[in-house]
Amino acid sequence: METAKKTGMTIGSRDELKAYAAKVRAEMAAQKKRVLVCTGPGCLANGAEKILDAFRSHSIEAVGATRTGCHGFCEVGPLVRIEPDDVVYVRVKPEDVAEIVEETLRKGKVVERLVYRDPDTGRTYPKESDIPFYASQTKVALSNCGAINPDDIGEYIARDGYQALARAVLDLSPDEAIEEVLESGLRGRGGGGFPTGRKWMFARQAKGDQKYVVCNADEGDPGAFMDRCIMEGDPHSVLEGLAIAASAIGADRGYIYVRAEYPLAVARMKNAVKQAKECGLLGANIFGSDFSFDVTIKEGAGAFVCGEETALLASIEGKRGMPRPRPPFPANEGLFGKPTIINNVETLATVPAIIRRGPAWFRAIGAESSPGTKTFAVTGQVANTGLVEVPMGATLRDVVFKIGGGVIGGKKFKAAQIGGPSGGCLPEELLDTPLDYDSLKKAGAMVGSGGLVILDEGTCMVEVARFFMHFTQRESCGKCVPCREGTKRMLEIMEKIVAGRATLEDLDTLEQIAWVVKESSLCALGKTAPNPVLTTLKYFRDEYLAHIVDKKCPAGVCTAFKSYVIHPELCKGCGKCRRTCPAEAITGETKHPHVIDAAKCLKCGACVEACAFGAISLE
Amino acid sequence: MSVQQKVIVDGLSVPIEGERNLLELVRKAGVDLPTFCYHSELSVYGACRMCVVEIDKMGIVASCTVQPQPGMVVHTNTEKLRTIRRTILELLLANHDRECTTCDKNGACKLQELAKRFGVADVRFGEEDLDMPLDRSTPALVRDPNKCILCGDCVRVCGEVQKIGVLDFSHRGSEAMVGPAFGKQLADVDCVQCGQCASVCPTGAITIHSDIDRVWKAIHDPKIKVVAQVAPAIRVALGEEFGHEPGWAEPGKVVAALKRIGVDMVFDTCFTADLTVVEETAEFLERLVSGSRERLPQFTSCCPAWVKYVEQYHPEYLPNLSSCKSPQQMFGAVARRFLSRELGVEPESLFVVSVMPCTAKKFEAARKEFAVDGRPDVDAVLTTQELARMIRETGIEFDKLPIAPFDLPLGVSTGAGMIFGNSGGVAEAVLRAAAELLAPEKKSGMPQTQLVFEEVRGLEGVKEATVNVAGNEVRMAVVSSLGAAAEVLRRIESGEAVYDIVEVMSCPGGCIGGAGQPSPSHLEVRRKRTEALYDVDTMQMLRRSHDNPYIKALYDRYLGDVGGETAHSSLHTSYGTRRRIAGEDIRFSAEEVDGRLSVGVCVGTCCYLHGSYDLLRGLMDRVNREGLTDKVDLHATFCFEKCEHSPNIEIGGNIRSNVTSEEIDKIFEEEILARLVE
Repeated sequence: METAKKTGMTIGSRDELKAYAAKVRAEMAAQKKRVLVCTGPGCLANGAEKILDAFRSHSIEAVGATRTGCHGFCEVGPLVRIEPDDVVYVRVKPEDVAEIVEETLRKGKVVERLVYRDPDTGRTYPKESDIPFYASQTKVALSNCGAINPDDIGEYIARDGYQALARAVLDLSPDEAIEEVLESGLRGRGGGGFPTGRKWMFARQAKGDQKYVVCNADEGDPGAFMDRCIMEGDPHSVLEGLAIAASAIGADRGYIYVRAEYPLAVARMKNAVKQAKECGLLGANIFGSDFSFDVTIKEGAGAFVCGEETALLASIEGKRGMPRPRPPFPANEGLFGKPTIINNVETLATVPAIIRRGPAWFRAIGAESSPGTKTFAVTGQVANTGLVEVPMGATLRDVVFKIGGGVIGGKKFKAAQIGGPSGGCLPEELLDTPLDYDSLKKAGAMVGSGGLVILDEGTCMVEVARFFMHFTQRESCGKCVPCREGTKRMLEIMEKIVAGRATLEDLDTLEQIAWVVKESSLCALGKTAPNPVLTTLKYFRDEYLAHIVDKKCPAGVCTAFKSYVIHPELCKGCGKCRRTCPAEAITGETKHPHVIDAAKCLKCGACVEACAFGAISLE
Repeated sequence: MSVQQKVIVDGLSVPIEGERNLLELVRKAGVDLPTFCYHSELSVYGACRMCVVEIDKMGIVASCTVQPQPGMVVHTNTEKLRTIRRTILELLLANHDRECTTCDKNGACKLQELAKRFGVADVRFGEEDLDMPLDRSTPALVRDPNKCILCGDCVRVCGEVQKIGVLDFSHRGSEAMVGPAFGKQLADVDCVQCGQCASVCPTGAITIHSDIDRVWKAIHDPKIKVVAQVAPAIRVALGEEFGHEPGWAEPGKVVAALKRIGVDMVFDTCFTADLTVVEETAEFLERLVSGSRERLPQFTSCCPAWVKYVEQYHPEYLPNLSSCKSPQQMFGAVARRFLSRELGVEPESLFVVSVMPCTAKKFEAARKEFAVDGRPDVDAVLTTQELARMIRETGIEFDKLPIAPFDLPLGVSTGAGMIFGNSGGVAEAVLRAAAELLAPEKKSGMPQTQLVFEEVRGLEGVKEATVNVAGNEVRMAVVSSLGAAAEVLRRIESGEAVYDIVEVMSCPGGCIGGAGQPSPSHLEVRRKRTEALYDVDTMQMLRRSHDNPYIKALYDRYLGDVGGETAHSSLHTSYGTRRRIAGEDIRFSAEEVDGRLSVGVCVGTCCYLHGSYDLLRGLMDRVNREGLTDKVDLHATFCFEKCEHSPNIEIGGNIRSNVTSEEIDKIFEEEILARLVE
């Protein structure tokens, strides 16, 4: 990680901010080309740092190579983009760098073999903006991700960074700032979808000498990495949003609660805070006003439930992260009993754009009841896994097929699991569901933080539901009875179903407990924990019945319904499987085909590994 | 007249009269909504979800977490709510040790009661997770995690009322459990054994460590003479176990019951309470009159949980604790030393059992300070609940018992001894005595000195009074609950408050609210017991401890002078610092080398706060720099029990106190290097 680039200057007014932005822009313009190496989670894991080193080892005049946050198209990473040409290279290896330097940077030619090729049409796309994956996206929260060096506050400022804060502090009264957010229709991107402006208004109206703002960066859904990428790719946007929120409600202290499992996000946020303090964009009398604001990064120890706002506050206070009943809502009694607002990373990262460009601009994007854009982390059996941002109200079909490139391997789409452990599984017939808060809720799922897992026909939906049940049970805080004990028993029944031991009576019990957990749990984690089970029961009930009545797993996934068989025509009778079997389930004479006693077989698969002739398979 | 604000509960209009939550309002309306986790004296927890109601336009909510709003339409009995309550009970039962017949709480268990009330006929799930070991480490309490329903009542009473926080939650999901830090047992942590956790526990997860069998064994041994002492608070509470209202008081029944179950002689702890007053007043007047404020305020020491609390958290106030033994231990000392002579039996064949409202008294009786040659002065402590169980076991019909008087000579007491059971009682008894002792020479026909000191009465956690005792201003505080005590200590420390005498009882309301008392023991019950005890006081002929003729006789025959040598050796004691958590030393060198010089730095709370980490770092640097890791066994340790002189370090068995980081180099050279040269 680079050390913070010293700006060496203090920004005490809007003019100084503008002057600094102009200076950085001039510096950047002096570079004929800029190489932007994606160091998002996927690219980093595939050697992005080595690529960056390789670029830096070539010194070329007027070319700057820099690391950036996630470019989004993780499937084809590591990604390298050359500005201002907008040329993007995919699946780059360190050994490709010399060629890129020679051809593109020196001669201005495109290296054809490294550009993206559409697997279906075979067409190549040298420019990023032409690639279908990017073409259908609208970037607001992610607009700087992949475009700037996240460790350099100057690059953020050069792209109009902190101008929204200047406006909020110098031009708008707190009520006016809140009014703009209200008018924009921005709703919480963390899952609940509560109107952000209203939350701020409540906290502004709450009486208290001390108020707090908190950024919820405890992204815990399996498969979700939007907040992580924003913090890693554009940390200052979060910080600026938090500062605007603070000035609007009258807080002088903010916390960013980020899970310790995101070490890079923690480091980048810490660096951003440090740089902002050095510049005077955090601290006392920001822009010469009477608004002072300081931020503390608090690392969470990895409890899923700490994403729930009251549990998160308890955790910051140094207590066990357990939710408490609301009301009182944090806007009235929050951190240390003081009025507090808690906004998610993406929500805060969207705020500066709204203040800068106005609520009308924001409202024009997205759906009527859910304006703006939403980021999704698209994973699973989809061609283009990655991070995408689309206008709210885009359909599931758009995201899966237009951007996601459809299901991989020519298989059929079966379902989309959206919203993580609190969300639900939507089947093919709901592919045209608009992705907004209200439509998804009606379908039994939720936007959640934006995890989107695409499942193909080879997926057992019962097993998927069991997986999520297992997750929520382990991550329940254990406070209220329905969530602690109810999820345990739901999981128990789900395990019985996938093991082929369940009865129809168990199914009734499952539905009844699911209802009780949903209706009577204390917090949102419990209230939504049954969603994966309830939606699969609603849309894939026949699969449950197949497991229970027919004792079959239609997708052929659950091992309980399969047995290992030795194909006599392939078996040489070597006896290796017999000697390997821990259950003594295999019998047979040497040089004669062996057989497996299904009653004794543990289905451990050791025999398959042992067989040198491929004579054993699971059927 | 303003229009009264109302809530509609099941069609009935119910006025809002300052109820803190909807649950209280619904209960006022005559519907006993079930709960496990709601306690009016603790914070709202909202976890058991049994008190759910349906509110029009709001849906299903836990009523304990909702403020009553005018116009709310509330339903308490719907099909949905019934399903939720029953399912929750079934879920709780599924993971609960359902061996009810052998459970200590059988018949008094909330889970059992509600399961019966809701007719849970079937538990559809397999049992699991029920092999956690029991914690029987203390003489006072037994923890059985297999019966815990995680309602958190114990966690909150310990954290909010006592402000100690011995118990808390650990682990997640269905593995969540309640227990002391680091999975330790109660005896290894700072639990003061007040037992308030057991008193609020709705199931058998925390119960009283029973001494019943040991007492039966003594009773049935013909060679042993069993003598009992009965604490003041018992007489206003035992009746509750047999269907009487709280506050029903009949000391004669308690005596009769004890005799019928086979106790040879029954005496009154109020007698030794009088004795305590005599000694403690003398001690107080000595400190007060001496003019130096060094050991003022004087803190009472009757409450063993409070004493343990001071030992653990405020060793700096140990000199301020009255050196008087508690009435229970004074009785033990008097019985073993003098009563045996009086009765003509060998001290060893006397079995002293006390009946106490308290679990910490079991801990006190087992303290090494109160044993002679290993034999404790008090052999066994029964709580009110245990005595009731013994009475029931015999089949004696409590109500049909004729009343019987306490035995002589340790059975006669004054009203001052009786009120010891109330918060403020000890203070008032001392004030009565002081008023008399400090009064100018009495002439016959003079009005009596003051008997009633209203200022120190009542159930508030902290009561303050400046009382004029025969022309002397005595500033006093009366405290009940350790949370309140912590606050008073903070104010004394900061100089915000100055007192001459401070009475502390660990349980809310004093001993009448002790954890050994019948359940329930909430505020209203405690109020009735308190009033009853003051009523008992007014009925006494003698209300000043000094007027007790048997006390006078005891001094004449055995003790000599008040505060004199015999009195001191028999009736006084001293206390020391006590470590809060048992822990193993942390060693910094991997391999064990014999013969190394042991250097330990205490990293317990007091030493840590006084900079012991800096000392440790300084020593570590020196040891590493000089390459002495194979000669010096440097380790961090927990508590040498010299907290008042923190920070402490130990070098080869010698403890150095009040060490500063400036001294470290000198100590290293003079005491570590020099020893190594030897």
